[in-house]
Amino acid sequence: MLASLTRLQRYYLLYTGGFLMFVGALAVLERHGMPPRWIGYSFLIFTISMYAVIGIMSRTSDVSEFYVAGRRVPAFFNGMATGADWMSAASFIGLAGTLYLSGYQGLAFVLGWTGGFVLVALLLAPYLRRFGEFTIPDFLNARYGSNAIRLVAVGAAILASFVYVVAQIYGVGVITSRFVSLQFEIGVFVGLAGILVCSFLGGMRAVTWTQVAQYVILIVAYLTPVAILSWSVTGIPVPQVVYGQVLQQVQQIEDRLFDSPAEVAVRRLYRQQAGEYARKIAQLPDSLSREREELSSRINELKATDAQVRDIMAVERQRRDLPQHPGQARLRWEAAMAAAAERAAPPVPHAAAFPGDGADGGWSQRINFLALVFCLTVGTAALPHLLMRYYTTPNVREARESVFWSLLFILVLYLTAPAYAVFVKYEVLAHVVNIPIEKLPGWIAAWSRVGLVSYEDINRDGILQLAELVLSPDVVVLATPEIAGMPYVVSGLVAAGGLAAALSTADGLLLTITSALSHDVYYRVFRPASSTQLRLVISKSLLLVVAVLAATVAAQKPGTILAMVAWAFSIAGSAFFPALVLGIFWRRATRAGALAGMIVGLAVAAYYIFRVEAGSLAALGLGSLRMQPWFQISSTAAGVFGVAAGFAAIIVVSLFTRAPGKEVERFIDVIRRASPAKGA
Amino acid sequence: MANDRYWPRTRRLTFRLLFVWAIVTFVLTWFAAELNRFNLFGFPLGFYMAAQGNLLIYLALIWFYNRRMRKVEEDCGIDDE
Repeated sequence: MLASLTRLQRYYLLYTGGFLMFVGALAVLERHGMPPRWIGYSFLIFTISMYAVIGIMSRTSDVSEFYVAGRRVPAFFNGMATGADWMSAASFIGLAGTLYLSGYQGLAFVLGWTGGFVLVALLLAPYLRRFGEFTIPDFLNARYGSNAIRLVAVGAAILASFVYVVAQIYGVGVITSRFVSLQFEIGVFVGLAGILVCSFLGGMRAVTWTQVAQYVILIVAYLTPVAILSWSVTGIPVPQVVYGQVLQQVQQIEDRLFDSPAEVAVRRLYRQQAGEYARKIAQLPDSLSREREELSSRINELKATDAQVRDIMAVERQRRDLPQHPGQARLRWEAAMAAAAERAAPPVPHAAAFPGDGADGGWSQRINFLALVFCLTVGTAALPHLLMRYYTTPNVREARESVFWSLLFILVLYLTAPAYAVFVKYEVLAHVVNIPIEKLPGWIAAWSRVGLVSYEDINRDGILQLAELVLSPDVVVLATPEIAGMPYVVSGLVAAGGLAAALSTADGLLLTITSALSHDVYYRVFRPASSTQLRLVISKSLLLVVAVLAATVAAQKPGTILAMVAWAFSIAGSAFFPALVLGIFWRRATRAGALAGMIVGLAVAAYYIFRVEAGSLAALGLGSLRMQPWFQISSTAAGVFGVAAGFAAIIVVSLFTRAPGKEVERFIDVIRRASPAKGA
Repeated sequence: MANDRYWPRTRRLTFRLLFVWAIVTFVLTWFAAELNRFNLFGFPLGFYMAAQGNLLIYLALIWFYNRRMRKVEEDCGIDDE
């Protein structure tokens, strides 16, 4: 059987075996007293040096190797590399957590991120491969024949990829700071080194072969903890198949728990708290000065009764921590009010779809859900770093086949994520909620130190209610090994997997950004005469600059990972999808139309995100620009408007401009393999 | 000329599969709450479709497309190097 495999398959089989042996060896060492911190370091050093070795072995100074891996990647391996390229820190760390928190509503991500591959397979991959250049802007330029299009495409590719790459590097920081206790900012730069070792030396070729290696690690790391958890809960280690039963148990507990008197009482307390904040906000600025006066008089009282210095200091600190001015108070209290209101809301059963208030039958939830699915789907079919991968196969048929392999390898993770969420929810409902606070499991305390878990006993009954517990979505996957009481080596494995997911995606994205800058802007637009050697030098130095820039932004800890990534999808979908699809399927699409469509789509999506999210930019004095969302659609689904506007603009403007000439007709005939159109 | 048939057949296949994709993704999902009243393998059906069913249908769509396209290319004598 071994003989029937190709040489590459044998290499990677060997590599997988080696990795499993490494994990096994660490497990044995842990039993003999190896401290957790060293296990964390071993994983970090071992995996990153593996990637480095692959990167160095596939270093190259050939342009075709650097941009498209020499177009020699077989469908199977391109599928695997695409899987790693595709599954980012958001999929690995964030997705199961989002599903845990929002139940059915979170499945929009699962649907969109997989359904997009249908569009890639049917509408784009074969045609891009038949065209066979280096980048997505190349394709748009060849179809519409204009450098302006190329530059707009470059701008959109960089915008979407940069937002996305920041999210990846941020994920690296979260993982390294938790598992090897590096400082967040240092972790970010360690991750950067891991990214650069492969993309810098070998471009697409090195990135491809590292991504295959990273896929193996990330999928092993994702499946192991949840399989063990599934085995300990149900006796069957195939979580994807058996979590239906566990979901039923979750539903039973939910039915019993949600309306229990203690939960209802706690929710009422939070509602009161939210009401208090609302009152204080309404009475600004008097409420703030009154609060300050109250604390001052308390301090004076304490001083008069010569209380402990420590107590006086505590109240003084409270006074010092009060908001400085009414504007700041409003922001802070609004956030606190929103948090309290969220806890006061009755929880939604895990499997319930679109729980509306009855009046509109959950209409706005349905619309929002489908809008998000649409954006993520279209965004998937428009993200340049993904589409670029289909340039690397030897021929069109293999490009089509590799989309199948891509989705297959991706499904392994996406079919598991909902199971993760259900198993963790079961553990929380069965073994954390309704437990006396001093008897809570150890992982709660461990993760509350990092700030990803928090709880407070608001009703002071000494028992934890569900509404009193707040979990950050990132914690679900990262803490599962501890939740199930597994040895630390499994936690280290999960960290290595998360790192692999973030690094592989970041590699692909950085390559997209730099090839856009060096190939499309420098070579194609400014210096068509430059030597190949110079082009590669430019590529590599830009890679370095962009990577450091992204790491610097990530070190500022912006927003949550999943929302940032969702914006990147909307941006890419709005800018690229209409122009790409109409460019292949509609002969009449013209240069002016495409240019208008790309600019309008991009502008609408960016405008919508900016206006809806302006509230969170209040620190920059932009809070007043905040607008009410259209049709209650959230900013993560901005692409619905962007894509629609993009299509409309291309069609309208194209019909008003002169039909494209012979050259475009010929181009379309070539990518469709059609005989020349009649009359042309 | 065999080539004449290639693009129309490709296009027809593409749009048919795209139609299936749209129905499965948008129409079926719209009624998820209603589907949840039924049960499949212990899952509420609406939840199951979004968590597993649709994904497997997507994979099957791509598999079917690849299979048919191989046939179409064979019939039309198209062989991209």
